[in-house]
Amino acid sequence: MAGSNKTNITPPRWLLAELTYKCPLQCPYCSNPLDYVKHSNEISTDDWKRVLSEARKMGAVQLGFSGGEPLTRQDLPELVQHARQLGYYSNLITSGYGLTEEKIIQLKEAGLDHIQVSIQASTQDLNDHIAGTESFHSKQEVARLVKKHGYPMVLCVVIHRENIHQMADILAMTEELGADYVELANTQYYGWAHANRDLLMPTQEQYLEAEEIAQAFKEKVAGKMKIYYVVPDFHEDRPKACMNGWGTTFLTIAPDGVALPCHSARELPGLDCPNVNDASIAEIWHESKAFNFFRGNEWMQEPCKSCDEKDKDFGGCRCQAYLLTGDMYKTDPVCSKSPDRHIITEAIESARQSALASDEKPLIFRNSKNSKAY
Amino acid sequence: MSLNPEQKIQFSPMHRLQWEEAQQKDVILYPEGMVELNQSSAEILKLCDGTRNLDQLVADLEEKFATTGLKNDISGFLEVALGNGWIQQN
Repeated sequence: MAGSNKTNITPPRWLLAELTYKCPLQCPYCSNPLDYVKHSNEISTDDWKRVLSEARKMGAVQLGFSGGEPLTRQDLPELVQHARQLGYYSNLITSGYGLTEEKIIQLKEAGLDHIQVSIQASTQDLNDHIAGTESFHSKQEVARLVKKHGYPMVLCVVIHRENIHQMADILAMTEELGADYVELANTQYYGWAHANRDLLMPTQEQYLEAEEIAQAFKEKVAGKMKIYYVVPDFHEDRPKACMNGWGTTFLTIAPDGVALPCHSARELPGLDCPNVNDASIAEIWHESKAFNFFRGNEWMQEPCKSCDEKDKDFGGCRCQAYLLTGDMYKTDPVCSKSPDRHIITEAIESARQSALASDEKPLIFRNSKNSKAY
Repeated sequence: MSLNPEQKIQFSPMHRLQWEEAQQKDVILYPEGMVELNQSSAEILKLCDGTRNLDQLVADLEEKFATTGLKNDISGFLEVALGNGWIQQN
């Protein structure tokens, strides 16, 4: 392993609590692992409370309750209340499916700070197709209820080839629903999205057109709504500064208690990601092999090693380097300095060819049946 | 949007201002973000409780820190705070 200078370890600030992999939706770009059914056991309420307490003590303050669909955990209000007592700023990251007004009030009273609702498209047909579940109207209703009960309302729309042409309508919808924040998340190709990449990746022209619409909207609503635009990294020439640096800021706990430096890290070989049942959060953060693996920059190869931007982007994403080249130590192929950049170019071209083909294969939806195939 | 000197100033109910023990700093929390505050910014924001307009806020801070001439600095920071949605008036 790469090793690190342990005196430089900063405390976690963001905790992503993936409470469950259960989800009523089947989005084909889900970031959960393809083989999530193998990790379907869930840690207990008391385990989660201990995790929240220990991470908070170290300095974690932003907390996301995520999944799967976190609402499927019956102890969610109890965990929200515990988080509030500890001083977290907590966020429910939900499909909105099954979120009743009663539950919204209950969670508010428990101390939840904000709710992020995902919407898949601006039309019912497409939303319900992508979600794999009839959910468009209930999502819109939930968005209105979130607003009604005084939460900052965040709408998240994952952008891909099937909905990118709706960008203007999607933005109009978020404005009409009264969103305070809109996250326009261009699909990141991990997990299910990686498996469906040829069918999900828009063309360069589509990206540019959509980005222009999003930027114009951002200026129009400045001071009223905040727009977070997650860039499509395949179309950039520098990689993203993934996780703000490995083991510096972000801590993910998966449903089965596995602690991950990022939510995809389970896919990387040889990390031996620790479990909260075997060690404290402080031990995991400071001592574990997984969290020290890519800390600092001693692990880097060329061209990262001698690059003057290595402290800015940390060599990009380790999971992406692994998924695309089979070598997790390599420069993220998104970087134009990477000798593997052709893989990105080929992926973009392959998706374009797939879009033009008359016999395009169907999307693989994220569900238990499909997960068992991995 | 700019600060109305007559109107009372209130911290935004869509944000949270709190002391972070681990960081030894006051911070503003909001969806997907956190801003770390220096001490003077935090002192200004703590007085934005809907009971003071600009002049009242300046007077209280000048009294608290036994000094004068803070108005430009305070109004400059409050303009930034308003632009970021941390405070509101109405």
